[in-house]
Amino acid sequence: MKDITILAIESSCDESACAIVRNGKDILSNVVATQIEVHEKFGGVLPEVASRLHVEQISAVIDEAVEKAGISVGDVDAIAYTRGPGLIGSLHVGVQAAKTLAWAYHKPLLPIHHIKSHIFANNLITDLKFPLLALVVSGGHSEIVYMKDDSSYEILGQTQDDAIGEAYDKVARVLHLGYPGGPKIDKLAKGVEPSYKLPQPKTQGAFDLSFSGLKSGVLQFVDRCNRKGESYDDATLAASFQETALNEIMDKLLKAIDTVEVNQVLLAGGVAANSRLREKMAEAFSNRSEELILPPLWVCTDNAAMVAVAGYFAYKNKEFGDFSQSAKPSLKVLESQK
Amino acid sequence: MKQIVISSLEETNELAQKIASLLQGDGLLCLSGDLGAGKTTFTKALGKALGIDDVITSPTFNILKIYEGDIPLYHIDAYRLEGLSQDLGFEEVFDETGVKVVEWYDYIADILPKERLEINIALDKDNRVFQIQAIGKKYEDMEEVL
Repeated sequence: MKDITILAIESSCDESACAIVRNGKDILSNVVATQIEVHEKFGGVLPEVASRLHVEQISAVIDEAVEKAGISVGDVDAIAYTRGPGLIGSLHVGVQAAKTLAWAYHKPLLPIHHIKSHIFANNLITDLKFPLLALVVSGGHSEIVYMKDDSSYEILGQTQDDAIGEAYDKVARVLHLGYPGGPKIDKLAKGVEPSYKLPQPKTQGAFDLSFSGLKSGVLQFVDRCNRKGESYDDATLAASFQETALNEIMDKLLKAIDTVEVNQVLLAGGVAANSRLREKMAEAFSNRSEELILPPLWVCTDNAAMVAVAGYFAYKNKEFGDFSQSAKPSLKVLESQK
Repeated sequence: MKQIVISSLEETNELAQKIASLLQGDGLLCLSGDLGAGKTTFTKALGKALGIDDVITSPTFNILKIYEGDIPLYHIDAYRLEGLSQDLGFEEVFDETGVKVVEWYDYIADILPKERLEINIALDKDNRVFQIQAIGKKYEDMEEVL
């Protein structure tokens, strides 16, 4: 079979990235310029800072990816890009870059959904075996997704309020830990007994998630202690928050998996790097028939290689876009080609 | 200034329903209140009242979320914009016809249209106190009947 080579651009949030991947598997290049250091100063992702830095970085990132791959843009089969969801200003930069390349080199465009990319990223380290169940956990998303095949996508459960990564960031801010909050809480909580009682999440849908009440619970806990002049231990609070949040996820995931038949269960998104979540997943699936995929950190963070993998499957399924499409910050999976 | 004390989610839904119908498809609501006060919860109730089927989630990460419906809902969260004054392109959003909700609006006060309904949500034991302040004729008429 003929090789399919995809050049992909990602700029939905912190990272300006470009990658060239062959057959959804072989990474010829994968270049990422990150803005995390800039954002650390502000305690979050700031859209204007993000888009301005993307403008400065995107051309250099594309040049480097092409040079490292040792091919020319003319050699690729299609240009994939992240159309959404994400920060509007940031997305525009990547969309424009992709359209410019596609126009100049007469290549088809593949508009890609950011979360689909995170799931497909796992194909870089293993062969995806559909049907599969994906737990997508990141700063902007928390979803349990069932994929019957490589073009289907069904959300079984999702957060009804805050995303898990957002809850981590907000709790980290209360504990003065800095941004991004996930790794800092994970580190602080390691091996610490989660002995503070926090409110348990409640949702209506059987597989839905909720983290807003828990976040408020942590805030009220801190307020109460301050008001009464009582001291509390940051690490114990971090551990208690983390344990409650992750138990909510595991509980819903294990309920959801009993309703479908899948070959694989995989983690996706930035929070997949969380060490406690990985421990819990490994434990829960040690005696089950489904194959568990725990991707390494480089697969979980935002990069363009994952967009190229999703692009490869989109190319095979002929899910092409056109030049009239623009960035869509609230993009839904099923409309990514519309 | 009007003060409404709310003690349940049902009452939040009722208030949202009332405000949604008074807006008549267009308007700006500015929400304030501490983390966890219930700003997003109120926006969810408002979205439901506007007939939006999508799950309305916190817009903190993306800053702006747009929900399409008969009446579109623009949900902005300025939480991450504290201390910044830059052109973020929100002016275009405020020109659109639809319901615009801004959380943490103090952080982008200089770019907000003057006429609006300001709602501060405060926790008071188990109750939530909604303080409603109208600016502009349309909103003053609304406040009158709430």
